[in-house]
Amino acid sequence: MAEFKKADSMLEWFDQRLGVVNFAKVMMTEYWIPKNINFLWAMGVLLTVLFTFLVVSGIFLLMYYKPDVNMAFDSVNYTIMQEVAYGWLFRHIHAVGASVVFLVIYIHMFTGIYYGSYKKGREMIWVSGMLLFVLFSAEGFSGYMLPWGQMSYWAAYVITELFGGIPFIGNELVVWIRGNFYVSDSTLTRFFMLHVLLLPLLIIGAIVFHFYALRFPHVNNEEGEFFDFDEEAEKYKAGDKKGSKVVAFWPVFLSKDFFVLGFFMLFFFYLTFFHYGFAMDAINFDKADGLKTPAHIYPEWYFLWSYEVLRGFFFDIAGISGKSLGLIAFGIANVIFFLLPWLDRSPMVKPANQRPYFKYWFWLMMADLVVLTVFGKLPPTGINAWIGFASSMTFLILFASLPFITKAEAKKAGGK
Amino acid sequence: MMDESRRGFIGKAFGAVAAVGGIASLIAMKKTWDPLPSVMSAGFTMVDVSGLEANKLEIVVWRGKPVFVLKYTEDMKPTDGRNVKIGDHYFSVMIGLCTHLGCIPAYLGDKHQFKCACHGGEFTADGVNTFGPPPRPLDIPPFKLDGVTLVLGEEGPEYKAMMAKA
Amino acid sequence: MEFIYISLAVALVLLVLHFVMLKLSLNKEVRILVIIASLVGFTYWGIEPYAHHIMHPEVAEADFTFKDLKNVDTSLAGNAENGKVLVEANCIACHSIESAGFPQMMPNADAAASYGVVPPDLSSAGRIYDKNYLANFIFDPVSAMHLQHKYTPESGKSFPMPSYNWMSAQEIMDIVAYFESIAPKVAEGSEAHKQSFDAACGRCHSMAYAGSEALTPAETIKNYMGATPPDLSQYIKSRGHHYLNNFINDPQVLLHGTSMPRVGLTEKAQEEVIAYMEEVGDRKKAERETLGLWVMLYTLIFAILAYLWKRKIWSEVH
Repeated sequence: MAEFKKADSMLEWFDQRLGVVNFAKVMMTEYWIPKNINFLWAMGVLLTVLFTFLVVSGIFLLMYYKPDVNMAFDSVNYTIMQEVAYGWLFRHIHAVGASVVFLVIYIHMFTGIYYGSYKKGREMIWVSGMLLFVLFSAEGFSGYMLPWGQMSYWAAYVITELFGGIPFIGNELVVWIRGNFYVSDSTLTRFFMLHVLLLPLLIIGAIVFHFYALRFPHVNNEEGEFFDFDEEAEKYKAGDKKGSKVVAFWPVFLSKDFFVLGFFMLFFFYLTFFHYGFAMDAINFDKADGLKTPAHIYPEWYFLWSYEVLRGFFFDIAGISGKSLGLIAFGIANVIFFLLPWLDRSPMVKPANQRPYFKYWFWLMMADLVVLTVFGKLPPTGINAWIGFASSMTFLILFASLPFITKAEAKKAGGK
Repeated sequence: MMDESRRGFIGKAFGAVAAVGGIASLIAMKKTWDPLPSVMSAGFTMVDVSGLEANKLEIVVWRGKPVFVLKYTEDMKPTDGRNVKIGDHYFSVMIGLCTHLGCIPAYLGDKHQFKCACHGGEFTADGVNTFGPPPRPLDIPPFKLDGVTLVLGEEGPEYKAMMAKA
Repeated sequence: MEFIYISLAVALVLLVLHFVMLKLSLNKEVRILVIIASLVGFTYWGIEPYAHHIMHPEVAEADFTFKDLKNVDTSLAGNAENGKVLVEANCIACHSIESAGFPQMMPNADAAASYGVVPPDLSSAGRIYDKNYLANFIFDPVSAMHLQHKYTPESGKSFPMPSYNWMSAQEIMDIVAYFESIAPKVAEGSEAHKQSFDAACGRCHSMAYAGSEALTPAETIKNYMGATPPDLSQYIKSRGHHYLNNFINDPQVLLHGTSMPRVGLTEKAQEEVIAYMEEVGDRKKAERETLGLWVMLYTLIFAILAYLWKRKIWSEVH
């Protein structure tokens, strides 16, 4: 160990031991972000803040929650909601936050698709982001079980039952996951463990990985333009801030994020205090009862589109049961987005509206996902079942046709 | 030369031992998730049918689900593959969840019929769907006969015979 | 079908909006915001108000005049003095009337065992029950309660209280007048709310979050009703005002075949009952609404300052 000279300041003392000055440069003041961006580029910071909200509110809920079928419902609805000072506030923030985090994830995700931010060197950003989406989904699903209301119980029942469709091991797998033949105390307690420990650990790891994956290919910009970040950074450091194509993460980029965050929080708190019903389903204020099925069972809104893909196949085709077809389609729907960087065969990195064919694909996909989401909630009877089938097929066909559409697009662009 | 291959061998052996340890731990963890022995044994429900009253529905709970046990009167006609004869009487043994959306149908004794309050589905006394949205008859749980005791959760010869006919 | 028309209309509006925005050469970020807000707003409409309207069709408005009941001429003026005599001769063998000095004959558990359910104390009958309902109830309880499907001749069951259809309309109205005269005057506010709830619901329903248990023991009431009446602690949240208002007024409308009787509450008594359910089931409501405004005010200040700071920082790079 080299000899340390006496530090003149506290900063220097820490710098000698931890290299904080250099660390701050690498992470903040000399971490470069393109200047040509809009407010959609603030979604990452919004998600980080929302995740922090969820962790903090979760910690306080954890102090009073009881993961036991006889106590869970009252520990949430009486102890936390009515007795603990501000317990209701933490629960509302947690429930609304969990719902809104998915809204922002979807905006973040479709921003990435719209601007082609998954292509050419950015594949790992996309894949790690999709991994986060899957982990958040598991986190949302396991958390929804904890209040042990009717919808907690029946959503858990229906979703775990899905694994029964897997050939050969299905039935044993369902029992293994539940730890019982039906959704019961063992199911609640193990999902509680997943929700408060294992999944949050994985999520934090995946977030770090997602951030790290951004460092080499850099953040995309509004026009999909490629430029030399080092050169632009030199320009910026030399004082030509107006001429440089990049800005520093701190304070420039974050100042814009905080501005977006401020107005977003206004919306978020409005929901938390005055309009929380969409995130806290009324039926879930009836205690779980395995012998009484609610008239309508549906998942939280952010799972509706994939749930509808599952339900869309309600009749047998070519000797394969509707149930198996639905399950296969559901499986595809859940992994297909991971493959997007490889399904899109066009090297063009541009906003969708500047791409001759992809723009139709993108807006059709958006419309289809909205239709799937809405019909995922409606009872699947009469014409609704057929709309569900048509929109599920549209979803699959859109993805199956993407390589051809983008290939044709690349050809057209190349020919010009 | 000798040294090189020895190091290679030791490295591989070390890797193999580490892998065995890893796999063994995974197996242990998988087993920790298995249903407990008490849960497995509670997966079998015994019903003594000798004391049941004819045409009066008995509901027992098996693996968290309601199971209907209905003793037939002399004038109710049994169906092949749906009813089981225990002693001198025929019985319906069915999972009491409507095959439409899983509500619990009510038994109307005077009409020998099950009616589901949720969406109006109707079933005969042997559980065959006759009206409304239910897509198929009520499910029959695996059972075994032990004299006049019905053991739910185990596949006995009577159950297998019924499944073969249905 | 309706859904398709509305979707097409929304798509059309969006398209027009898009061109208008381009024409106005609005800031690009504003355009993005409008598009996202429209997509989110439309999806929200589909999965919340629209889905709710499909899954819970509207039913007839609550009728607090009970106009289907016509057995007794309620325009007759009752004589409370005469009513007192009739009540003493006909009612107090089973019912207590604490406010008039007739105590309970036996403990709740025994009363429940004899009648199936604890008979109500009639002290506040004149206050919480609608006049028309009360008169017709005395005349024929089962039809007033809308429980004809439960007490059919074939069922072999009969309601524990007999019909007083042999009384004249005048006599029945005298009894009603008597009940109105002895009903204790209660102050407004949460005490009145609790009292109405206890009198109207408390014989069958528990309210665990207020520490109150149904007067009739659970096993007895299960036998009597066919199922245990639910604990109502969280019903304000699981059912909501609107549903409760229609349901309590006439349970058969929303839950056909239920063995819960129509209770015949006046509009005011029913409001008090629901208010009590809210006080127990959502007791932090006032705190939530006040704090909500302060937090939003704070966030607004935060957002404005964040905007000003952002403008300053970005003026150096733009």
